[in-house]
Amino acid sequence: MYKEHFEYFSNNKSVYLDNAATTQKPAQVLEVMNDYYTKFCANIHRSNYSNANKATTLYENTRIYLQEFINAKENYEIIFTKGVTESINFIASSFVKDNFDTVIISTLEHHSNIVPWHMQGRTLHQGLEVVNCDENLNFDLEHLEELLINHPKSFVSIAHISNAFGKILPIKEIVKIAHKYNALVLVDGAQSLAHIKVDMQDLDVDFYAMSSHKTFGPTGTGAIYAKEEHLKSFKPYQTGGATINDVSFERSIFLDSPYMFEAGTQNIAGVLGFHEALKFINNIGYETIHNDEIQLYSYLRKELSRIKEIQFYTDIKDSIGSLSFNIQGLNHEDIGILLDKQHVLVRCGHHCAQPIMKYLNIEGTIRVSIAFYNDKYDINKFILALHKAIEILKD
Amino acid sequence: MVIEQRVIQIQEDLELFDNDLDKYEYIIDLGKTLEPLEQDQEKDENLVQGCTSKVWLVCEKKENKLYFKANSNAMIVKGLVYILVNLFSNLRPQEILDINLDVLKKLNLSEIITPNRQSGVVGMMKRIKEYAKALKENNE
Repeated sequence: MYKEHFEYFSNNKSVYLDNAATTQKPAQVLEVMNDYYTKFCANIHRSNYSNANKATTLYENTRIYLQEFINAKENYEIIFTKGVTESINFIASSFVKDNFDTVIISTLEHHSNIVPWHMQGRTLHQGLEVVNCDENLNFDLEHLEELLINHPKSFVSIAHISNAFGKILPIKEIVKIAHKYNALVLVDGAQSLAHIKVDMQDLDVDFYAMSSHKTFGPTGTGAIYAKEEHLKSFKPYQTGGATINDVSFERSIFLDSPYMFEAGTQNIAGVLGFHEALKFINNIGYETIHNDEIQLYSYLRKELSRIKEIQFYTDIKDSIGSLSFNIQGLNHEDIGILLDKQHVLVRCGHHCAQPIMKYLNIEGTIRVSIAFYNDKYDINKFILALHKAIEILKD
Repeated sequence: MVIEQRVIQIQEDLELFDNDLDKYEYIIDLGKTLEPLEQDQEKDENLVQGCTSKVWLVCEKKENKLYFKANSNAMIVKGLVYILVNLFSNLRPQEILDINLDVLKKLNLSEIITPNRQSGVVGMMKRIKEYAKALKENNE
C-alpha cells in the first residue's frame, strides 16, 4: 500500500529487493528537489536576496529536523556530507588519525569502514584490530573488552546493521564497554535509518554516520553526527568557500562547526530531499515500519528455508533488512542474472564486504534486502523466480 | 568488418528466442561447449578484473592473429565468455583494436554492454584489447 507514494513502482513492474544498495524515493522528495531547481535555485550561506535566504533557511531547517530525528543535543553536531563513505573518511582524517593508536572494527564491516583505516597505514594488528564473531556472526563483546584492555587509546568504528547479512550489532553495549576504557565510538549507520529508530542520547555514541539515499532520500547526500565535546579537537577536512571567518594571504581563520566542515557549495537539493525523506518516515512511524518489516523478514526466511539446498550464514535473531544466502552447488551470479530475467532485482556478489566473505570461505552471496514498502507479493514472486532459476541451472 | 558479421550471426541466433529465460538457457548451453582451459591456466594471473564471478582468460598468437581461451566459475558467464571468445578470436591485433565495442549492443545482452566496473565480462573485453595493444606494440 505504500508503493503508491513512489512513482518508481508505477514505472517498474519489477520486484525491487535491493534496498540495502539504495532505496526508492517518495514523491515529496522529488518534488522539493524539483522546486528548488525550478523555483528558488540559489546558493546558500552567501547571498542575501530572497531566494538565497529561502534556500539557506530550508537547508538549515533540515539540520534542525535531523537533529531532532536522531535526538542530537545541538544542531551544530550535524554535519552534512556526501554520505556514509565521506563521513567515515572525514572522521578518520580530521579526528582519528593523530589521536588514536588503534582502530577496532567488526568482522562485518563494509569496505568503507575498512579502507580508510588502511589508508592511514594501519594493518591487522598494526593499528587495526578486528572483533571476533560467533557462528551466527554475532559480535563478541568479551573480545572487544579484551582488545580495549590490550590497546589503550583505541577508537571503535563499527556498523550498526551489517549491509550483507542484516545483523544488528549491540551498539549500546559496545559503547558502554568502549567508554569504560576511554575509547570513542563511531557507528556506520548506513543501513539503520530505513529500518529502526536511532537515538544519539540513548546509544551514547560519539559519531554516527548516515546516508540519505539508503533512507528514501536522494543520492550524494548524508550526514555525520559528532558529539559536541569532540568538535574542538577536529582538524578541518576539505577547505574552501564558506568554511572560514576571515582569510588573508597570511592565514585563514575558520568558522565553527558545522560550517568549517562543509566546504564549497553543498548538495542543496539533496539535503532538502533528505529532509522530505525523513518527514515521510516520521509520518509512517518507525513502530509501523519495524513491525511490518519484522513480519516480512520472517516470512522471507521461512519461505527460503523450504529450499533444501539453501545455505544461510546467520540465524534470524537480531536481524533486519538484508538476508544473504547461497544455493549449494550453484553460483550466486548465475542466480542473480536469472532472477533479473524474471524481473526480480536482488544483489549478488560480495556486497563490498570481502573480509567477511573470505572468513566464511565464500566468494559472495545472493542478498535480498527489504524495505517497508515491500510486501508478501514481492517475496512470493521472488521465491517463484528463485525456484525457476534453480531448475534451469540444475538442468 | 568481420566482427560485424560475427555479431549479426550471434544476434540472429539469440533472436530465435521469444523470452529471456529460454535465451539464457541457450547461453548456458553455449558455455558447456567452451573449449576447456588447462588446469594450470586457471591461475590468478589469468583472472580478469571483476568481482561478481571469476573469469580466466589466456591469449595465444598464431601467424600474427590472436586466439583467446577462457573459462568462468559461473554458468551464464561461461556462455557469455563463449560468445566473446568466438567474436574476438582469429583476428589481427589492429582489427581487435579497431573494434568499436558499441557493435556489441546489437546482441542486447545487458551483462556485456553495461559498463559495470565489477563485471568480469567487461573486464575480459578490456583485457582482450590490452593483449592486442601489447602484441601490436611488440610487432612495431
